[in-house]
Amino acid sequence: MKPASFRYVRPNSVAEVCEVLAAEPDARIIAGGQTLTPMLAMRLARPSVLVDIHRIGELIGISRVDGAVVIRSATRQVDALHSAIIDEDLPLLAKALPWVGHPPTRTRGTVGGSIANADPSAEIGLVAVTLDAEIVLADGEDEEVVLAEDFFIGPMLTVASPSACLTEVRFPRRPDGRLGVGFQEISSRKSDFAFASAAAQLVLDADGACSELRVGVGGVGDVPLKLDAEALCGTRLADAEIRDFAVAAMADVETVGDLHASEAYRRRAGAALIAKAIIEARQGALNTGSSGGRNVG
Amino acid sequence: MSVELKVNGRAVTVDVEPRTTLLDCVRDELGLKGTHAGCEHGVCGACTVLLDGQPTRSCLMFAVQADGYEITTIEGVAPQAGELDVIQDAFCEAHGLQCGFCTSGMILAARSLLEREASPTVEDIREAISGNICRCTGYGQIIEAIQLAAERMRGQNAPASPSLSRTEAVR
Ligand code: FES
Ligand code: FES
Repeated sequence: MKPASFRYVRPNSVAEVCEVLAAEPDARIIAGGQTLTPMLAMRLARPSVLVDIHRIGELIGISRVDGAVVIRSATRQVDALHSAIIDEDLPLLAKALPWVGHPPTRTRGTVGGSIANADPSAEIGLVAVTLDAEIVLADGEDEEVVLAEDFFIGPMLTVASPSACLTEVRFPRRPDGRLGVGFQEISSRKSDFAFASAAAQLVLDADGACSELRVGVGGVGDVPLKLDAEALCGTRLADAEIRDFAVAAMADVETVGDLHASEAYRRRAGAALIAKAIIEARQGALNTGSSGGRNVG
Repeated sequence: MSVELKVNGRAVTVDVEPRTTLLDCVRDELGLKGTHAGCEHGVCGACTVLLDGQPTRSCLMFAVQADGYEITTIEGVAPQAGELDVIQDAFCEAHGLQCGFCTSGMILAARSLLEREASPTVEDIREAISGNICRCTGYGQIIEAIQLAAERMRGQNAPASPSLSRTEAVR
């Protein structure tokens, strides 16, 4: 099918974007368009105006600011994938990015677009929730900062108001110490939508005990979820402990079933991937040897 | 809306509705029918073109967004009319195509890979064409075709002398 008619504008600044959005309630932002364009083609979305932000200079770039890595929203996924800053300071995101889409969608798709679309199986959203990233929205003159966990409220649904423009995502920089990260995903073909995915980032102390652990699971429910991993902190992360934790964590998660994977399957797959991601992260941390190593597995 | 595009090195001005995809624009406005319309919603990769050398699904972009980029379609790949470039040739020789519907997208995906990576592994090749669906070949021969093209392109870039001296030695 072909999209219904719309008007097209390409503002030069965030302020102009906000003006258009305020004046046109049916306007939609387009950045990479890798999710929106198919929705337009199938007429699942019928905006009156498309507001193209993909060339707004102030919305492009990756930088270190204080303890965070700031990714401006219209930064293309391919540029994030090749970013030295992300490689060094956001190893969990670096590990997840190769799973995002295919080469021809990463060349257009943006980091902010992936977050704004709120697909529950999207990898960038999962990493954002796992790491407690902050999502920054411009709405008229106002700026709003929302914790990733609070940003997603359902499949393709966020707290952002229709008049808001997502401007940046602030990811906390990796902690120092013996760090390891893990990212696991299952889908019908590599890079297709995940049936389930899991992310883990952890730090081991000098004795090999876990001093910090972040775990998230995606694709299983309506939104990517951060799990409470307190129970594993202070332990040496034995395989059996990790598996028990993963099964117990998934027991509380409300999973969804569809054509590809049943609720029960997602529960089992989620638990298996959580365990694999934590084990992968633990091995990565062990391989860094002494504390302070920056190599991650 | 009037849009200025640069397609296969040629500057053109087209007058299109904002809802016209780049795919429909190159096919219907510019008559470049080598870019194929498969699913028209970003699933199959048949419509792949290069935008500043990077593979892009032309059905997932509107023509009005595409000004200022160097757009390469399959028609811009061959050195001259009536000739094939190395990758196209390798696809013919290695039987990398049957019906040909996916082929222009595959060749452009391969081209962008080989420009970055002279000696891709099979994994690299699989990843590069992972967004392109082929219903005929089973992919094996496509991968072989890209390997063959890579080998030939490396040969083109290698200095001629070592192989010459080997021939000398045989004599
Ligand atoms: S026609 Fe564009 S991806 Fe299928
Ligand atoms: S050759 Fe027929 S679809 Fe690939």
